[in-house]
Amino acid sequence: MKYRSVFDIIGPVMVGPSSSHTAGAVRIGLLARRLFGRAPERADIHLYGSFAHTYRGHATDVALLAGVLGMNTDDPNIPRAFALAQKSGLTYAFHAEAAVPDHPNTTRIVLTAQDARISVTGVSLGGGLVQLTRVDGFELRLSGENPALLIFHEDAAGTIAAATQLLAQSNINISHMEVSRTEKGREALMVIETDQQVPPDTVHDILQQKHILKIVQLG
Amino acid sequence: MFTSIKELVAQAEGTTIGEIMLRREAEHSSREQALADMQESLNVMRAAVHKGMEGVTSHSGMTGGNAQKMHQYLQSGHALTGDTFLRSITYALATNEVNAAMGVICASPTAGSCGVLPGVLLAAQEHMQCSDEDVVLALFCAGAIGLVVANNAMISGAAGGCQAEVGTASAMAAAALTQLRGGTPTMCAHAMAMALKNMLGLVCDPLAGLVEVPCVKRNAAGAANALTASEMALAGVESYVPWDEVIEALYKVGQSIPLALRETAQGGLADTETGRAWKRKLWSGGWKEPASV
Repeated sequence: MKYRSVFDIIGPVMVGPSSSHTAGAVRIGLLARRLFGRAPERADIHLYGSFAHTYRGHATDVALLAGVLGMNTDDPNIPRAFALAQKSGLTYAFHAEAAVPDHPNTTRIVLTAQDARISVTGVSLGGGLVQLTRVDGFELRLSGENPALLIFHEDAAGTIAAATQLLAQSNINISHMEVSRTEKGREALMVIETDQQVPPDTVHDILQQKHILKIVQLG
Repeated sequence: MFTSIKELVAQAEGTTIGEIMLRREAEHSSREQALADMQESLNVMRAAVHKGMEGVTSHSGMTGGNAQKMHQYLQSGHALTGDTFLRSITYALATNEVNAAMGVICASPTAGSCGVLPGVLLAAQEHMQCSDEDVVLALFCAGAIGLVVANNAMISGAAGGCQAEVGTASAMAAAALTQLRGGTPTMCAHAMAMALKNMLGLVCDPLAGLVEVPCVKRNAAGAANALTASEMALAGVESYVPWDEVIEALYKVGQSIPLALRETAQGGLADTETGRAWKRKLWSGGWKEPASV
């Protein structure tokens, strides 16, 4: 079931006009920003399907940029995102793409700052609910509704067991988990959604394990 | 959890649909937290109604100010229908005018359909003089109905047309109002089904893709339809087609609505001379900040 909570239906509290094309867009932008973990210098935002057709009317572009700036769906400054981006020195460009996506409301956000870069693809499912479907080369299905760890690691035996063992020792229950890799023996990504927020000490301990490259935490 | 209206009504026997939804939600957090969060949603709904009654204008200038007109008409005493009916549609318009003006609203189930539920419930609350606690429980009832529709069909115009948005909102409001008025869970389910049946086939054809025309006024229609369905259910009228079969019909109709009539601004009202003119005007220009929200 995609919708679980009553607040998926009665909510989100948001700045209009569209839950899928405005609030969902803010959420995808914000998730991309959180995954990037720092203020981007440039944002390239690609729009597909219905997003590409109607983004001006729904202010989808404004909403995506507001999310990239770190705003949430109910931030009254969302309509001012373009001006605020300029003020904070963030350059941005929107690219309406002709390619037909799997889901009508799809966007790919590429954020860069100096030598850092991330590419995040997300879809807006309706009612403000979203799903990230790709981060850099890795496929995933992440709603961003629950606390989550994205652990980038080398594709080596025992790495997943080491990470989950440490979570178990901290009494953290895993609600959903998936693993993907670019190719066998190269870089891999495990996405662990948890019932509780993972404490910083545990994140630190996981990072110390062999083969772990980087951890991104979503609150 | 519950996956169908039938299951939901069975679980709610002896209590209310809202109470069952609240218990399920409390499993994720706590009863107190869930109630407090829903009260916050209600506060946002009420604030949006007030804002809209003061008069707002959207960025495009296409919508705004009609809630004010309705309120003046209501006070003039010249209306044929009753106070609660008029207030319902006035509040629904007010909420959606605020949404179109990029103000803060509570999606229920979506932003495009956010006026129906507050329109009906806040007008009923004024008439009944009932507490916020009762209205909060009615919102839980509405959420339960919305969850079943969302998980078995769809709630976005892009996926299933306006019937999935304003139609679902109207069904949620019909059930919630029926609970608020003391109807049984079975009556709530019949109100839901009758409201949804009356909205089947409604297409999503907004001018230039904006959530303005015809969305704002369709929220008023959704509120009126919810009142109709709830009154019928409370009188003992029942849906001839079983509740979950109606939701299945919504899903199948949604799938067969052509893409041009699913939030792509290519068909219906969007493809009238006026609609095409708006598209030319709007899609060639860039974003400008609204003067005030």
